[in-house]
Amino acid sequence: MILGYAGKFLEVNLSTENIKDIKFDDDVLKDYVGGRGLAAKILWDRLGSKWETVDPLGPENILLFLTGPLTGYFPGGRICVSGKSPQSNGVVGSTVGGEFGVELRCAGYDGIIVTGESEKPVYLSIKDSDVEIRDASHVWGKDAKQTVATLTKECREHLKKRYPQYGEWKEPALLYIGPAGENKVRTAVVAAKWTHAAGYGGYGAVMGSKKLKAVAVKGTGPLPEVADLKKVKRLIKVVNDNAYESEMWRRWGTGAGGYEVGAKTSSEPVRNWQDEWHEERSFGVDKFENRVWIKQFWSDFGCPTCCLKIAMVKTGKFKGAITDNPDYEMQAYLGPNLGVFTPEENVFLTSLIDDLGLCGIQTGNVMGFAAELFQRRILTKKDLDGIELKWGDAEAFAALAKKIALREGVGDLLAEGTYRAALNIGKMKKMDVLKYAVQSKGISIGAHGIRSGKDYPEAISYVCSVQGGDHTSTTGLPLESSSELGEIFNDSGVYCNFNSFGVPRKVKFDFYKAVTGTELTREEWYKTKAMRILQLQRTMLLLGGPDLKWKPEIHDANPPRFYEPLPSGPYKGKTVDKARVEEEKRRYYEAVDWDENGIPKSETLVKLGLKDVDRALEKLRRQRFKT
Amino acid sequence: MPTKKEPIWIARELSKCSGCRKCEIVCSLFHENCIWPEASRIRIFMLVPGADFPHFCTQCEDYPCVHACPTKALSISKKTGAVLVKTKACIACGKCIDACPGRIPHMHPTENRIIICDLCKGKPQCVKVCQEGRWNVLTIVSRRNQAYRLYARTPEEITRDLATKMYGEQGEEYV
Repeated sequence: MILGYAGKFLEVNLSTENIKDIKFDDDVLKDYVGGRGLAAKILWDRLGSKWETVDPLGPENILLFLTGPLTGYFPGGRICVSGKSPQSNGVVGSTVGGEFGVELRCAGYDGIIVTGESEKPVYLSIKDSDVEIRDASHVWGKDAKQTVATLTKECREHLKKRYPQYGEWKEPALLYIGPAGENKVRTAVVAAKWTHAAGYGGYGAVMGSKKLKAVAVKGTGPLPEVADLKKVKRLIKVVNDNAYESEMWRRWGTGAGGYEVGAKTSSEPVRNWQDEWHEERSFGVDKFENRVWIKQFWSDFGCPTCCLKIAMVKTGKFKGAITDNPDYEMQAYLGPNLGVFTPEENVFLTSLIDDLGLCGIQTGNVMGFAAELFQRRILTKKDLDGIELKWGDAEAFAALAKKIALREGVGDLLAEGTYRAALNIGKMKKMDVLKYAVQSKGISIGAHGIRSGKDYPEAISYVCSVQGGDHTSTTGLPLESSSELGEIFNDSGVYCNFNSFGVPRKVKFDFYKAVTGTELTREEWYKTKAMRILQLQRTMLLLGGPDLKWKPEIHDANPPRFYEPLPSGPYKGKTVDKARVEEEKRRYYEAVDWDENGIPKSETLVKLGLKDVDRALEKLRRQRFKT
Repeated sequence: MPTKKEPIWIARELSKCSGCRKCEIVCSLFHENCIWPEASRIRIFMLVPGADFPHFCTQCEDYPCVHACPTKALSISKKTGAVLVKTKACIACGKCIDACPGRIPHMHPTENRIIICDLCKGKPQCVKVCQEGRWNVLTIVSRRNQAYRLYARTPEEITRDLATKMYGEQGEEYV
């Protein structure tokens, strides 16, 4: 028997209100681990035969909240949210920090599978095996902070009433959506606490389409039994000690990036990536630390790093805005990317984005895109419902963000995300505006550019990733050190990859073995198991959805902007060489066994035991042959 | 640092708590030999995000819980001053919870008995791990003649204080 698992999954059908426990064979768990890997497996088994026709925002889609065997053991607890993505029509393993995964495992579940859709707003309440679908109409329409306050209080009162002898109840862990998710905005997040978010993939919209406002879970049991507790304790110490040595990383988290990435590596989005360099000292980490951070160390379950901080603006126009850090991605996307260069404005925008339940990266990207169209006079003030979307005008961007979350006026157009909005605006204006869209396969590119060549992503990172522009799943060569096969391990074991920085890779595999009692060699992971998960994700991405399909020859590509020379800074004039990208892409296809058209090869799929996947790809191969 | 013979107390600076819950991890490993947050004698509450804090026994100078116990299941350790639970004698009546000004004791999640911090026989694991991380929310000091019961407060009371300290008047809205 494989250890380290609670041993059952909760399946909830919101259409029929049927609730049941299900199990997976040990072999499935051994092959797909949990989180992202298991999500790909579940989605393929259940929806694969009709994948192209499944609307991610329809009742057929399946929403997954999955832990992994390392959740709660490897320092830095997370939960993986997945399903068919309304952004890419593929599968994204979108993880978010917090106690949810730990509470779920302590409640006796390794994951939750949500199918169907509810007629009225509901939330799911779990206390060990005591599971209920409860009315959520009183929190429907409420923002993040109101939702958390109301549901925390309500759930604790329920627990107190039902188990009055227990003593004081701690809060259950919550995952929830804001107004954006309710309105099926494709850039909506699944949120935890106030400010933690599973953004990539757009699963907030999937929750909204199912009218599932939140999931609350309280588990009173221990974490699942492990194979070698002594070793697990030792490995926890190895990971902790490694993190404790990085003093500045713990102090600042990614919060130094807003200045550093712009000034040093010159790879930060500035005004919708028209530039990737700035040297605004007003945006330095010291300004955040000294002016707005009110909590310097804030962490999730078992985390030694505390990369998150809490910021609050206490004076001036934006008084009362509260958010975490903001971390580097929020600093960049709701900062320089919109021409905003003060911590106060940045905290204000981040706080608003959190409250609305939007993804700061995806929404910051689409707002930057709209602002560039306004700068180029492609979108007018009238098109923007009277908003003068000038760079640096935080209040104008705030007004636009609200419209997006509520799908009001022009917000409805932009709520589709950058790629779909670009297609629609292109039609409206009868011109190509895709060249201003900085995304890959429907997923906006994280705030780490490739033109300077000084940041961590490679020239093909966003071209070939099965999660598009996701900066936490960038890929490249060689496979063992630079590809997303390593990220698939983090996202399937489900723990925070930040705590694995600087930890020898062997520790991860040792950890897996100490928890599960199952041997996993590096070779087995990179050559077989991770590869199988990658092929499944790639297949579903290529099969696409009713509204969009991706053609590798067109869409396995960098955004056009990345081929424009950098206009300023220490790497002025630098750009990416298209011929080199094509060559690296070809080599990458070869390394992961995709044919010259980017389709997983038949013999590899058969060897991996994915015959049905191979059959599903036959029609794509024939289409390619015709063209 | 107290001398070896002196009883100890765990001084606590709640507003510094990162909410990492490493104290829950080591406490449950020490007492239950597994990671079990709800069976931890020290529990991190986060009723308002950011206002995370540890909730655990303060060893009040007048020990109201010990006096309230109808079966004499609770006693005071001569060595450490901690409240000790005789598990066989405890009938899980909850009278100690009601007697505690902070409603700190809680039931063991699977066994019919109360759990209370026992100071790990004088070497509290939670303090060690908190210091390792340099959060220093918890510090060992000598137990003197002070009003330790002041620290025994309910999660709601502490949350209100911390939320106000952090977020000012706005904190009220989130409690």
